[in-house]
Amino acid sequence: MQKLYAKLNKLFPLGELTCQRENLAFVTVSREHLRSVLLHLRDLEGFRHLVLLTAVDWIEEGAFQLTYLLSDRTEGRDIGLRVMLSREDAAMETIHDIWPTAATYQRELREMFGIDFPDSPGVNEEFVLEGWVDIPPNRRDFDTKKFAEENFGQRPGRETRDPANHMKEQLYPDGA
Amino acid sequence: MKEELKKRIIKGPDGFEFEVDPIRDYYCEARPAVEPPAYMKIVEDLFNWARAESLWILGFGTGCGAIEMRPLMTPRFDAYRFGVQWRPTPRQANLFIISGYLSVKTLKRAIRSYEQMQNPKYVIGLGSCTINGGMYWDSYNTVKRLDDYLPVDLYIAGCMPRPEALLAGFEELKRIIRAGEGEGANRYAENFDWYKANQKRVIHDWDMPDYNW
Repeated sequence: MQKLYAKLNKLFPLGELTCQRENLAFVTVSREHLRSVLLHLRDLEGFRHLVLLTAVDWIEEGAFQLTYLLSDRTEGRDIGLRVMLSREDAAMETIHDIWPTAATYQRELREMFGIDFPDSPGVNEEFVLEGWVDIPPNRRDFDTKKFAEENFGQRPGRETRDPANHMKEQLYPDGA
Repeated sequence: MKEELKKRIIKGPDGFEFEVDPIRDYYCEARPAVEPPAYMKIVEDLFNWARAESLWILGFGTGCGAIEMRPLMTPRFDAYRFGVQWRPTPRQANLFIISGYLSVKTLKRAIRSYEQMQNPKYVIGLGSCTINGGMYWDSYNTVKRLDDYLPVDLYIAGCMPRPEALLAGFEELKRIIRAGEGEGANRYAENFDWYKANQKRVIHDWDMPDYNW
């Protein structure tokens, strides 16, 4: 992986490298170089398979991280490309013309994180949620507990106890 | 609202143009009606005994609980010996088992399926999720108590309940029906507006008729 990184680094300005294993590494790539890096990896390095495209919400840094995980079946190695996006009006160029499956991932990211991928087929259609009215639910500023309490009728009687305190009260009721 | 449900002008093959309003034209607008009991108690009891012996389940698994029905319908537990069987369409079934967590999206389909079943019909809530949300208690997309949306006759608690628990539940449901307490469909008809208000509170894109059968 170090070899591949050195090779790539000559062609593109790359960011930080994280080696998870012998055959798994993550590289930070700038947004404008992502497309050419993906094409280079697919066509010249043998990473023909897009395993997944997912996002991480770094709310403290005000950024979304997109991770493009690619797999090279013949060599048995994987590489993840990290792209950082601004959290405000998050949008990214579509890659559905490189891997058609990316359209589905992009549609999901649009719905769950609100990251737009202009020109990706069907990106604005509903994916899992129907008639969603709040902010995208996988964003970290979305309070799922509060939403559930306001939106759904709750059955009364659900209470949670701290096990340590509860057992103390059960075993030593007079507070010994 | 979906495109195919909107009011539109259609041109027939003879060139004649006419207006189609799918919600009004393709569905019956009548509300569900309460079904009165038979003219004598002994006849109603006979009916109820017969109903209890024919529980036909709608094969609609809403959540992971549906996996418990596979051992039940195969020789290991063989629910058929109790007069229980599974049917592929709502028209042929009279027992709807909500098997586990129910997302808002599935709730829509569950309501439509329930309303298409014929009277008398029964609902079993299977697993903790249908009782109080279970492990999805803070989830943004699953309903927390099933009896707000559908008239539940019986809950089977557990996560997951074993097939034996379901068999015990069937026996309990039979007892309820024989006692004349399996009146879920009538409860639904009586409190129709309350059920609809609850359903519309969670289903934000209501794009179906209020009652479809």
